[in-house]
Amino acid sequence: MRQRGSVAIILWMVLLCACLWVVMRTHYTADLSAFLPATPTAEQQLLIDQLKSGITSRLILIGIAGGDQAARVRVSRALAARLRADRQFLHIANGETQSLERDRQVLLENRYLLSPAMTADRFTVEGLHGGVADSIDLLATSAGLFSKALLPRDPTGEFMQLLAAMGNGQRPPTLDGVWSSRDGQRVLLLARTRAEGADTNGQSTAVVAIRAAFAAVSAPGMRLALTGPGPFSVAARATIRHEVLSLSGLGSLIIIALLLLVYRSPMALLLGLLPVLSGAVVSIAVVNLAFGMVHGLTLGFGIALIGEAVDYSTYLLMQSERTNGATGATGTTPSASQGHWNTAFWPTIRIGVLTSVIGFASMLFSSFPGLSQLGLFAITGLTTAALVTRFVLPPLLPSGLRVRDVTAFGRRLQTGVERAGRLRLPVLVLFVAACSVLLVKHDGLWNRELSALNPVSGAEQALDMAMRADLGAPDVRYLVVVTAADREAALAASEGVAVTLARLQAAGIILGFESPATYLPSQAVQRQRQWSLPSDAELRRRFNMAIAGLPLRPDRFEPFFADVAKARSQATLTPEDLQGTSLAEGVDAMLMPSRGRWSALLPLRVAGTARLDAQAMRLALAQTGLADVYFIDLKGASDHLYEGYLHEAIALSLAGLAAILGLLFVTTRSPGRVLRIAAPLVVAVAVTVAGLVLAGQQLTILHLVGMLLVVAIGSNYALFFDQGAVEGGMSARVLASLVVAVGTTVAGFGILGFSTVPVLKAVGCTVGPGAMLALAFSAILTPRR
Amino acid sequence: MIRAMQRLGGRVTLITVLLGLSLSAQAAAFTLSELMGALANHAYGTAAFTETKYISILDLPVESSGELLFIPPSHLEKRTLKPKVETLVLDGEVLTVASQTQKHVLQIKDYPEVAGMIESIRATLAGDRQALERLYHLNLEGSPEGWALVLRPLDAAMGWMITRIRVEGTRDEVRTVEIQQADGDRSVMRVRQSASP
Repeated sequence: MRQRGSVAIILWMVLLCACLWVVMRTHYTADLSAFLPATPTAEQQLLIDQLKSGITSRLILIGIAGGDQAARVRVSRALAARLRADRQFLHIANGETQSLERDRQVLLENRYLLSPAMTADRFTVEGLHGGVADSIDLLATSAGLFSKALLPRDPTGEFMQLLAAMGNGQRPPTLDGVWSSRDGQRVLLLARTRAEGADTNGQSTAVVAIRAAFAAVSAPGMRLALTGPGPFSVAARATIRHEVLSLSGLGSLIIIALLLLVYRSPMALLLGLLPVLSGAVVSIAVVNLAFGMVHGLTLGFGIALIGEAVDYSTYLLMQSERTNGATGATGTTPSASQGHWNTAFWPTIRIGVLTSVIGFASMLFSSFPGLSQLGLFAITGLTTAALVTRFVLPPLLPSGLRVRDVTAFGRRLQTGVERAGRLRLPVLVLFVAACSVLLVKHDGLWNRELSALNPVSGAEQALDMAMRADLGAPDVRYLVVVTAADREAALAASEGVAVTLARLQAAGIILGFESPATYLPSQAVQRQRQWSLPSDAELRRRFNMAIAGLPLRPDRFEPFFADVAKARSQATLTPEDLQGTSLAEGVDAMLMPSRGRWSALLPLRVAGTARLDAQAMRLALAQTGLADVYFIDLKGASDHLYEGYLHEAIALSLAGLAAILGLLFVTTRSPGRVLRIAAPLVVAVAVTVAGLVLAGQQLTILHLVGMLLVVAIGSNYALFFDQGAVEGGMSARVLASLVVAVGTTVAGFGILGFSTVPVLKAVGCTVGPGAMLALAFSAILTPRR
Repeated sequence: MIRAMQRLGGRVTLITVLLGLSLSAQAAAFTLSELMGALANHAYGTAAFTETKYISILDLPVESSGELLFIPPSHLEKRTLKPKVETLVLDGEVLTVASQTQKHVLQIKDYPEVAGMIESIRATLAGDRQALERLYHLNLEGSPEGWALVLRPLDAAMGWMITRIRVEGTRDEVRTVEIQQADGDRSVMRVRQSASP
């Protein structure tokens, strides 16, 4: 025995050192990775690319409120100037028209290469006639004030066409030359970061830079608001980090205080925590080895698990004859009394651990990486804690260690349990009521949107929505993504897709779309447009015919003939020619290399609440005959992804439940006992969930995890009561140890219920009440003599 | 057809001007305050307008038409229906320009040239003398039955585009607004009250 103990201690210390070494090198994240599939399909991969590095993922919305309007305008300009000098921002926009002159020049000089109206028959007699007639009509509108000066150079109005195409959609309101909110109380800026949205460190430096620049230029009383995926993930990481630290600190303090109160022995407390600490270290190391990183949420969850893992040593210290003076006095040797615990209680705990492991194993197989991380963490932690309790802790216990005698407390509990039998009928009624609630509310029971797990507060989301509405920068939901071997091919494919999208726009299915090819047409299209321009003599002939009947004099159009002659021989536009213009920004935002290929993004605009039918969109796009064209519904796809996780998790949980029942049947070989063990757990889960539903909560995948935990933890209590029933009554000490165990569990998990991170809160508010109910129902439903 | 209308338009303007001058000789006592008071008390609804623009590069004027809607004191809508649909809405300090494909929201003080032109109409309709005098030098001619209010921009930026705006009317109704641009081009807007309450 002694020798086996030494071997166990040595093995444990080696393992612990190795794991500590891994833990020191562990990478912790708090990004989206927990929610994205580990082995995505091609379409999911596009979704992931968008979420991680797409156009909208790099956007930071900046709002400045407070102070007076003049001061806000000054700060907007000063902040923009500072950030423009910062290399980590690709683009800063605040409504100032600094690149306007250059934009104008590029658009004017390249209008015949860029204009979408430059079809093959634009420069036929009919085409010219139509263009000129439109330009004359335009003179009648308010734009005529500006367009009339260009008429001699651009009688077909290509420049105005371009302005219309480029400035598509709504522009933010401008107040004193800078963007402002509709109510004029806030100036607005847009920043696009070089760092990808998923690069939380990069986003964090960007946020810090914006705050520092704001602090340097702002006036007293001004407030800075930052929203967008980057600032949100930075804030979420900070919240998760803060809560994991503060809640784990608080939870640990409560658990330590509770154990100290019960044991009245610092040594017992220290030893009692050994299995838990070992479990935590080994879990972090194993998760890191398996996943390459540990998510902040896994850590937060890990804290709560301490509450359960600490139960094993509680059972040992409180149930064992050895640490309880009563039998020590009769002269039994420590190893003999240890042997008694090993045979009397260890099998029960072993089944408890096994049921928990089976429960969590169902999470392990989830394709939701966050869930499988939690599963692996829990399995490793619980198994380690149990093994350390069984094999390492006993040889470490000093022979003179005594914990407080809780027999008196236990006796009172025994009386309580005897009387609790009277509550059987009320529990049955409660169970029926809970089931009715769940049945009635069956439809809206589960929240199927990924946003349910969003750690960003409702107020922040509302602010983001308000600023987006003011900026006319709606959250892009629908996208067409084109991938191709090189940039030219991607542009050409975008042009092909644009034909279909223009048709959908004309049919009123979409309000509009953007394409990188609007800003930089493919070389092929540019050359086609160039070739459609006639020679000088031919142009003069056609133009004279075209304007016959229009109130124009042909002798005023020499600048036009000169420009067309120049356009016929000019070099086609390349991305380099667009440097420093807002056209380049459009191209950069929608055309990018990825994985050795090029991707073009065509965001679609739809009316307010309109939904697009993905099936119909895919069919329409298939008709283009182009390869590698995908329609993506960002919100739909991520919700679909999450719903997939949810369905899978429910199926896996049911399988886990079946496996637990199977295990119980194998060990007890009695359907009656299995029923006795399972009944309190089922009732506890049903009542807890019904309570949550009545409190207005919609269930998420993390509530499911919570339910699994209630079953896993509660099974220990139910097993002890079952054991007690078999042996003809539970000892006072065992009963007391169960109360302490539920206390630590509620302290560990219950504290998560106060978290502002939905993922942690969901687990906390399910497990806290659930574990208490599982113990209470086990006591009430246990068979009596 | 267009040529005929232009000639007609020119003649009408001329007649009105002559009429205005003769009337001013008859009733010299008609003051700016009286006119502003009358305009301020006028109840408004929708009015039809026809605008004729004389542009040097074109042989013929361009004509547009649509509706005007004024809700005192500060909401003015100009809905052009022909030849191209365009809506200008000036509400307080915010100008919204919407065509079939685009919508721009502007603060008028950021666009002094445009602001001046629109404000001349709005402030006249509202009988807001202060607003007019902030932007223009005012000169009233004629009698209550036929008056002409001439606005000359005070601001150089605006003067760079507009040399003169001439508003003509009868009693508390505005009939024509003629804008003379600095480049020699000119526009005349005629207003017909469709229903006077």
